[in-house]
Amino acid sequence: MASSIGTSVPRKEARAKVTGRARYVDDVVLPGMIHGVTVRSACPRGRIRAVHYGDGIPWDEVTVVTARDIPHNVVALINDDQPALADGVINHPEEPVVLLAHPNRALLEKARAAVRIEVDPLPAVLTLEDSLAGRAVVWGTDNVFKEYWVRKGDVDAALARGDVLVVEGRYATGAQEQLYIEPNGMIAVVKPEEGITVWGSMQCPYYIQKALIKAFDEPAERCRVVQMETGGGFGGKEEYPSILALHAALLASKSGRPVKMIYDRAEDMAATTKRHPSRTLHRTAVTREGKLVALDIDFAIDGGAYSTLSQVVLSRGCIHAAGPYDVENVRIRARAVATNTPPHGAFRGFGAPQSLFALERHLDVIARQLGLPPEELRRRNFVRKGHTLATGQVVREDVDMSGLLERALKASDWKARRERFAEENARGGPVRRGMGLATFLHGTGFTGSGEKHLASVVGVEGTVDGRVRVLAASTEIGQGTSTIFAQIAADALGVGYDDVDVATPDTRDVPNSGPTVASRTCTIVGKLVQQAALSLKAQLLADGVLVEPYDPAQLRSACARYVRERGALRATAEYAQPRDLAWDDASFRGDAYGAYSWAVYVAQVAVDATTYEARVEDFWALQEVGKVIHPLLAAGQIEGGVAQGIGWTLFESVAWKDGRMINDRMTDYVVPTSADVPPIHVLFEEHPYEGGPAGAKGIGELPMDGPAPAILNAILDATGLSLERIPATPEAVFEAMERARG
Amino acid sequence: MRGDPEDFELVTARTLEEACDRVAQGYRPLAGGTDVMVLLSAGKLAHRKWVDVSRVDQLRLVHAGERTFEMGALTTYTAVRRHPLLSRELPMLAQAAAETGGVAIQNRGTLGGNIGNASPAADSLPALLAYGAELVLASRRGERTVPYADYHTGYKQTVAAADELVARILVPRGDPARVHYYRKVGPRRAQAISKVCFAACAEREGGRVREVRIALGGVAPVPLRALEAERAIVAGEPAEEVSAALGRAIAPIDDVRSTAAYRRRVADNLLRDFLRHVVPAS
Amino acid sequence: MAEPVELRVNGVACAPCVHPMRRLLDVLREDLALTGTKEGCGEGECGACAVLVDGLLVDSCLVPVAQVRGREITTIEGLASGPTLAGIQQAFIDHGGAQCGICTPGMILAARELLERVPVPGEADIREALAGNICRCTGYVRIFESVVRAIELERSGRAR
Repeated sequence: MASSIGTSVPRKEARAKVTGRARYVDDVVLPGMIHGVTVRSACPRGRIRAVHYGDGIPWDEVTVVTARDIPHNVVALINDDQPALADGVINHPEEPVVLLAHPNRALLEKARAAVRIEVDPLPAVLTLEDSLAGRAVVWGTDNVFKEYWVRKGDVDAALARGDVLVVEGRYATGAQEQLYIEPNGMIAVVKPEEGITVWGSMQCPYYIQKALIKAFDEPAERCRVVQMETGGGFGGKEEYPSILALHAALLASKSGRPVKMIYDRAEDMAATTKRHPSRTLHRTAVTREGKLVALDIDFAIDGGAYSTLSQVVLSRGCIHAAGPYDVENVRIRARAVATNTPPHGAFRGFGAPQSLFALERHLDVIARQLGLPPEELRRRNFVRKGHTLATGQVVREDVDMSGLLERALKASDWKARRERFAEENARGGPVRRGMGLATFLHGTGFTGSGEKHLASVVGVEGTVDGRVRVLAASTEIGQGTSTIFAQIAADALGVGYDDVDVATPDTRDVPNSGPTVASRTCTIVGKLVQQAALSLKAQLLADGVLVEPYDPAQLRSACARYVRERGALRATAEYAQPRDLAWDDASFRGDAYGAYSWAVYVAQVAVDATTYEARVEDFWALQEVGKVIHPLLAAGQIEGGVAQGIGWTLFESVAWKDGRMINDRMTDYVVPTSADVPPIHVLFEEHPYEGGPAGAKGIGELPMDGPAPAILNAILDATGLSLERIPATPEAVFEAMERARG
Repeated sequence: MRGDPEDFELVTARTLEEACDRVAQGYRPLAGGTDVMVLLSAGKLAHRKWVDVSRVDQLRLVHAGERTFEMGALTTYTAVRRHPLLSRELPMLAQAAAETGGVAIQNRGTLGGNIGNASPAADSLPALLAYGAELVLASRRGERTVPYADYHTGYKQTVAAADELVARILVPRGDPARVHYYRKVGPRRAQAISKVCFAACAEREGGRVREVRIALGGVAPVPLRALEAERAIVAGEPAEEVSAALGRAIAPIDDVRSTAAYRRRVADNLLRDFLRHVVPAS
Repeated sequence: MAEPVELRVNGVACAPCVHPMRRLLDVLREDLALTGTKEGCGEGECGACAVLVDGLLVDSCLVPVAQVRGREITTIEGLASGPTLAGIQQAFIDHGGAQCGICTPGMILAARELLERVPVPGEADIREALAGNICRCTGYVRIFESVVRAIELERSGRAR
């Protein structure tokens, strides 16, 4: 049976989506179901003095839930510092305070508008800079959620050397809204005899289960979570849905009815998580020949009002801050700090886009100062096998970044285009063109000991109808999880892709294979799918019901026979940390990731001198990813990620006022349309990684890291303007041009 | 969906007379719905009584007279784009229509609605101003024609009486050799609210500009004609003088979409680019 | 005040009893249980709610249902005939035009409307026709490819 790995089989999920039959949470109506909404604070920080329920609403018909109704008012995640509903204190605008439910949605909206939360304001901290400066302390003793240090070699000595140039830079990135086209939504049912069941749009059913267990003081068997078709996540549905699930369950519990809560776009944009804003300081020692000798980096991210996942975002951002370069001396100080804004959270890339933006921008600044072409500076500093990364991890694979760079330059016709554009730009005219690049890496899976702590489990079972079923908590959110799991299992078992089903992620039915995040689904969980499938095959062979060699039909009937005669046929696989991976949490040193994907991205940008708009006209994305399991899906990940990266760089700007996003509509928060994206040329290279199924490494987040620095480096090439923050809106380009003029 | 349809009344008019009666009774005309329904969804639609005028066929007619185009208020952006004569002779209007929203908005949005909504950022209004349009306002009391240049008096304020609605838009058919220059500057290539919109139409004689109309959106509380700049161009003044005149006419602001400084500079850049097109020596 | 509003939806006559100002989107999803049309923004910005009214693409979140009384409405559910998908739907499956699928119904209808109007569109036509449908997953590349392939399918007669 020929394996389907490496081919673009028809997606398991596709037909339902193109016919409109795929069921998302808002498509479901349960008998007796009522609706729920959230009443939120308007001010960034204060003490709740009173809650007033206005006239004109039949309040006796409305289910009202406040903090008092929650057995354990906490959203369980890492530090458990976030309440499910504000209790006496407000720490950010849009903080949920009161929940309301009623059968009539229109009446419910009027009820929401009739609730007035009276707050005595307290001094608030609204920016990353103010928080770092300690203008007011709004969390802990110093606003710092977490601080990490990475130390390699002796940075101070290197900076003091006589034969180096020291180049400083300061870079910043803005918040980014995930803008999945399907807003957050949940349906909850609470039955005294069964417990709580929640269905909805989500990436991590077991995160939600954990939150329900903690808040309701119920055991896992009474907290069932089922993922429905999910219309995009990108991290925005990683941790946030736990809050919505708790809210829906609270209303369901109090009302005794099924409750559906669907956010509209304005609420989703203003109240839920966004990418952490960042600011990075670089001080770099480089020899005149372009060898990087020391990287001194201060990386800080704004976590919003509660700690949520900020320390993990910080961790990844910190580890990626030094990029794919061989540098003897590295010091990275990384801090995540609190502000009185809605907590920031997971968004594809998870800290790495922020720190890599700064590094890759800074390298072009250095290249200019040295008079070196930007590609040459990279070439003189790439890591190779045997070098150590910033955390002391020895590069064990035969990475060839120089080769990847060569091929990217060739594919983009780099040299010829740059020369041509330099000539054309010199002649004057309304448009200036330039080329820019970024070279980077992205670690697969949870950082350090994260995968070990997750201890993911996957099951594969054979059914009485002779089908194979994969049991995993990994969710399909557009990236094709079910498809690649079926390919992997089919390949391991020697059956056809069509013989394999993937179970809906329902905590009642599937083991905890961890969250669908961190570029881990294909590599880490996919590997477990492979192992479990092989284990199932071994079970059948050992039993004698299957004999080698066999064809797919024989394995199918062996499954059926086994189940009929012996009972359940299921094999599981649990994650085991590879023995050669060692990480120390306390010193933040060791092997940060089992595998890295490596990439070189190139952008061609045109800057319009009349309107100051920068436009990406062409884009090349080359990456080495171990193994491409499904070419169409893999390319789709890169193309989609590049488009989001272009959005973050040029279009997407969150307008803040008193800690609240005021451009909370799609009219005013601008993402790229089909008219705005360039052709995106995707090229894959494959050096198999033994820890991944068929050698696959992660790719989901990688494409987020390259576009921003490549585009800004292209703007530098086109105009001589070195922009240091994104989004590089036309207004920002205009202001930079004015400043440059003097 | 934060609005409650039950709070509203929607009646239908089948003739212009019916529509005028209803408007006199305090109903506001609802055509494509691309502004009104957004407010309803957001729970921000203040006015309660609406008359659906989308079935008043006489408001949909487009007539190409010998000297004037007559477009009914219900002319959609798609209808403008698809009309062979309108799109050829009024290319700025066709371009504005092509750059308003996307196809789905263009199929529904109407010129009358755009004018009635009176947003200073609207895309077709500067084009209409630059073409010297006139509006026919209808009410129970009859019809009257006003120059469109006089129509907007302040932010979302117009000369229309409370009982009047926009019935037709008249645009003179001009010299085929005239120069049309239209540029909308927004945050992205499509489906965007404009930051600055520039429309200019010039007729030349010999080497000079005989007549010019310049209109801008996004730089004042109303879509506006830059009359002083127009006079300076006809008088043959140098680009710096024209630019200064424009600068005096506009009053851009900082808002959630853009900044006053950006709008001011881009408006000026567009003016200078237009001048290079129309007065090659400048 | 609810009143019967006569519509033809996907070729079937119906007359849901609804308030005339109810959004067509809500009438389709709630009164007619046709949930293939989605709400992504409520502002006419994302196109997830797009349907065809007498063959014209409109954002159903912006249409008061009274205005489409007597009209022919096509939703995503009306494209396939039984088990046979329309060419554009098959093309989206074959060429990765859908990832999470939430923008897909509106996107397919927008593509369908384009192909009815312009049988052989160029790349610029496609980009323009789809500019009112926001996709956050694909970067549009596979969507363009799907539309181009759908044209080939139609021309070769291998599709409806």
